[in-house]
Amino acid sequence: MVTHGGGGWRRFGKTAAERARASASAAAAGVRRRSPRCVGEFIGDPCSGEKWEPSLRRGASSRLISCGGGARRGEKGEEERRGERMPRPEVQAPPEIFYNESEARKYTTSSRIIEIQSRITERALELLALPNDGVPKLLLDIGCGSGLSGETLTEQGHHWIGYDISKSMLDVALERETEGDLLHADMGQGLGLRPGVIDGAISISAVQWLCNADKSCHNPRLRLKCLARGARAVLQFYADNVKQSEMIVTAAMRAGFAGGVVVDWPHSSKAKKSYLVLTCGPPSLNSSLPKGKGQDGAMCSDDDESDDGSGDDGEAQTVGIYERNRPKKRQKTKKNGKGKSWLLNKKEQMRKRGREVPADTKYTGRKRKSYF
Amino acid sequence: MRLLTHNMLASNARGASTGYPLKLQVVKWTTKEAEPNADFLRGMLPKLDWAALVAATHSLGLPGLLPESPPTDAELSADGAADDEGSALRRLHRALLEIHIEEGTLVCPDTERCFPISKGVPNMLLHEDEVRN
Ligand SMILES: C[S@@+](CC[C@H](N)C(=O)[O-])C[C@H]1O[C@@H](n2cnc3c(N)ncnc32)[C@H](O)[C@@H]1O
Repeated sequence: MVTHGGGGWRRFGKTAAERARASASAAAAGVRRRSPRCVGEFIGDPCSGEKWEPSLRRGASSRLISCGGGARRGEKGEEERRGERMPRPEVQAPPEIFYNESEARKYTTSSRIIEIQSRITERALELLALPNDGVPKLLLDIGCGSGLSGETLTEQGHHWIGYDISKSMLDVALERETEGDLLHADMGQGLGLRPGVIDGAISISAVQWLCNADKSCHNPRLRLKCLARGARAVLQFYADNVKQSEMIVTAAMRAGFAGGVVVDWPHSSKAKKSYLVLTCGPPSLNSSLPKGKGQDGAMCSDDDESDDGSGDDGEAQTVGIYERNRPKKRQKTKKNGKGKSWLLNKKEQMRKRGREVPADTKYTGRKRKSYF
Repeated sequence: MRLLTHNMLASNARGASTGYPLKLQVVKWTTKEAEPNADFLRGMLPKLDWAALVAATHSLGLPGLLPESPPTDAELSADGAADDEGSALRRLHRALLEIHIEEGTLVCPDTERCFPISKGVPNMLLHEDEVRN
């Protein structure tokens, strides 16, 4: 058992031996590089879709995740872990607790993670499709962490403002003297920025954290009014399953964005990356999601080819949103409604948010009789 | 935090109408040199809230740094502006990108809610009951 206060987690980074093995397999995999396919899936209808309903992390007990088999697991890079059947960081503890001091340090000292994050950021920048005029832009980095993604923005000459919920991650960013301005803020609460001032927003490996609401007040949402007209936001996330993916996409649609999901390496459990590409301004049918490229397979060059794991994928196929992990337990949605337990849970949630909710009685959640 | 960010940032707490501009109470600030880029500044200019920027420089005790009205495009792109310490370009560059607020407080103009700045990082986290629904 690991408690969320403890620094005992060893999730990121690798031992030297593992690194050596990884790079050996990378070399082997390099031979079999093939060009990945991406798919842009258009989200056209801002009104459809279900409500954004974060799966509440069920109380403290689920935060105390037993790390059975931990001895064999060793240390893995972020994306490697995701290919495996083990609890994702997001279900273990809230981000500000998961990314504690030692985790933040481990995360940021792993050369492997540094490399992966910068590669993802480069790809995100590409998808941002900023005007290619050599003029530095002002970008927003949502969930900037220790500034790994931001450093890539700096390298490309841009200014950035980053925010993160984890103080420890921000402290590491300060130590590293990243160029961007840092704010301690929670993307679940939104950040107040004047409308129309930001040239583009990225978020690298962070949005999936919103799928687990930690506080009853959390009503995850994407608030990106600060984007200038025509500006884009590119959010790379690791969805646990199709449902989460849809949740993220639906939330974006409800917020009035047009855009879609671009999936790189859809068939690799490790290298697969989903990028939600959003365009600001009134959604138009032909909003410029880079789907054309995706369809003819020309979008990804071998330069985007990624990680040492990708060599053992099956043929890259054209898939939109793709189920990567074992399916979640089927939702207990009955034909005639969501059921009593769902309703009770919902009421409890509302109570926690301070809403007035009628008391639970034996009538709660019953089907109404049709008297007439 | 640089004044560029201060110029964009608003309070997001419940009760704030615009939450902008955040009043700046500075305890400590520093200067870090950066490379001026006229194109960036010209692009930024229309997005700036000039009055808020000027007010921010005043709260730093630098009343003479910026003029009351924004510089023109021509001033910013004037020849040699990047090398001339006193040019409109360099002053704007200094105000936006070289001054870093290290310690202090941002105060919401509507609610007086304080957001402390420590080690250069403003804490914009809201309490649960301050989050807008
Ligand atoms: C895997 S790290 C990625 C950090 C950085 N973007 C990079 O590429 O290295 C995910 C980050 O998301 C942050 N995060 C998670 N939930 C957040 C939230 N609600 N608000 C702000 N940041 C959050 C975490 O604190 C963590 O620093």
